[in-house]
Amino acid sequence: MILIGERINGMFKDIREGILNKDPEPIRHWAKRQQESGAHYLDVNTGPTVEAKDQPAVMEWLVNICNEASILPCCVDSTNPDAIEAGCAANKHGKVMINSTHADQWKMDLYLPMAAKYNAAIIGLAMNESGVPKSAADRAALAMEIVVNADAHGIPMEDLYIDPLMLPCNVAQEHGVEVLEAIRQIKALAPGVRTTMGLSNASQRCTNRHLINRTFLIMSMACGLDSAIADVDDSELVDAVAAANLLLNKDIYCDSFLKTFRQR
Amino acid sequence: MAVTIAKERWTSKVNELVLGAEPNAIKVGGDGTLPFLFFEGDMPNRPVVALEVCDMEPAEWPDILKEAYAGVLGDPVAWAKKCVEYGADLVCLRLNSAHPDNKNASPEDCAKTAKAVADAISVPMIVVGCGVEEKDAEIMPAVGEALAGKVALLGCATPNNYKTMTAACMVNGHSIIASSPLDINLAKQLNILITEMGLAANRIAIDPLVGALGYGIEYAYSIMERSRLGALTGDKMLAMPVVCFVGQEAWKAKEAKASRDETPEWGDQARRAILWEVMTATTFAQASGAIFVLRHPDSMKQFNAHVAKMMEPVKY
Repeated sequence: MILIGERINGMFKDIREGILNKDPEPIRHWAKRQQESGAHYLDVNTGPTVEAKDQPAVMEWLVNICNEASILPCCVDSTNPDAIEAGCAANKHGKVMINSTHADQWKMDLYLPMAAKYNAAIIGLAMNESGVPKSAADRAALAMEIVVNADAHGIPMEDLYIDPLMLPCNVAQEHGVEVLEAIRQIKALAPGVRTTMGLSNASQRCTNRHLINRTFLIMSMACGLDSAIADVDDSELVDAVAAANLLLNKDIYCDSFLKTFRQR
Repeated sequence: MAVTIAKERWTSKVNELVLGAEPNAIKVGGDGTLPFLFFEGDMPNRPVVALEVCDMEPAEWPDILKEAYAGVLGDPVAWAKKCVEYGADLVCLRLNSAHPDNKNASPEDCAKTAKAVADAISVPMIVVGCGVEEKDAEIMPAVGEALAGKVALLGCATPNNYKTMTAACMVNGHSIIASSPLDINLAKQLNILITEMGLAANRIAIDPLVGALGYGIEYAYSIMERSRLGALTGDKMLAMPVVCFVGQEAWKAKEAKASRDETPEWGDQARRAILWEVMTATTFAQASGAIFVLRHPDSMKQFNAHVAKMMEPVKY
């Protein structure tokens, strides 16, 4: 299970203030802390308060701080292609990840060559300009559009992470089962391709968010989920993933399994 | 139409373990593939053989095995030299005399023997105790100290004595054999416990307790294969080279011990016994064994011939 720590995002107050005040401390703090908590990637997002023209420079600044504070690669998260490219160029550790392309042709034509150029992994959202599909089959169909296009650009299948897009369970409750089924279908149709999801979406504006996130993550893992953008500061979530890795026969059991999952 | 060979892509490697001091050091492990699948990854070091030396005459060895060491059986130094003469990569000294049922030899006596053997040979050494966990924990600190600078491989650490054994290795620059009885979970946990004491992961060898052909060989095979797959997919606590104590198992087998008179239909005993040891060892070479502790020099020769053939590069 590849955990992508969600915390370095301008949506969070401390990160936003760090960006506005040019104070690297909160970014440094969360880069280190998420690494210690068991993250494999650091999601990096400037947030909506930074103006589009400033986003590439801010992204580069954020990625540089993350690289200094941690050994983890960054998952460069933006709707601005210039910011994505700046983040890809700045990342120094491991394989950078692009977050994300949609199944729209013009977006894939933009981001897939970029992924090839930077030898990056890339998240493909199973949606297009018409929005997020309702059914599992429609999600899987869009996923396959991305798979075919990625293959045409020579992106190795294990570098492609399809996100079937989970929606908040208080407003779009019927999507949960469709997402689970979509994961199964994607894994069956394209076995080498990886899957991921923005987990915290599942519990937006709900009570007991941690419980909802944790439960859905484990359900998704049983369907074949390979990765999640998640709150790794929730140690019970990371513990549950470590346990699920054993139960799915992905990690070999030992008594210290909670600890070894967090080591690298 | 050209056939595309399906190849696995592995993300991690087995640790490389250094045995012995320069200029006679040898390396084992370092594999980035399942054994001998050179088209999928590197196997930088071939499996190596240690011949076994006991610090007292081994009463239970069959005569056909003793014959290979005629004249040196009561003298571990001369015996070790004989092993080197036969071409052993390493010598494995077994301190049987420490066993309470044997001579209950003191730590000082064991250390003296180990030092005398180490000083007489140039090849790296493995030293294992008598198999009684408490007694091995008593003797290994003295043995480790006497061999300081020799970069030996000491064993066998178990969940009950690993603390003392690990300390004996750490302070004197040796590596450790971590034993677990056909239990991959315990093997992993023991490696974690040892590394948590501060011994580097690349100074541990796993002893999964192998069985001989016909005596549970498939259990050890599965465990070794599973460990290797774990190592190749990033499990650092299973990424240790494996040591296989083949001799002690193969020569316990009825097929090795029974004389021609007892079982005429089984044919010549020497040929049969050596074959039993070779078949056991070559099987474990396929399963990912790195260090093979054998007893008969002819077994070693045949095993090495097999390994040399297996190490030839493949064309695809």
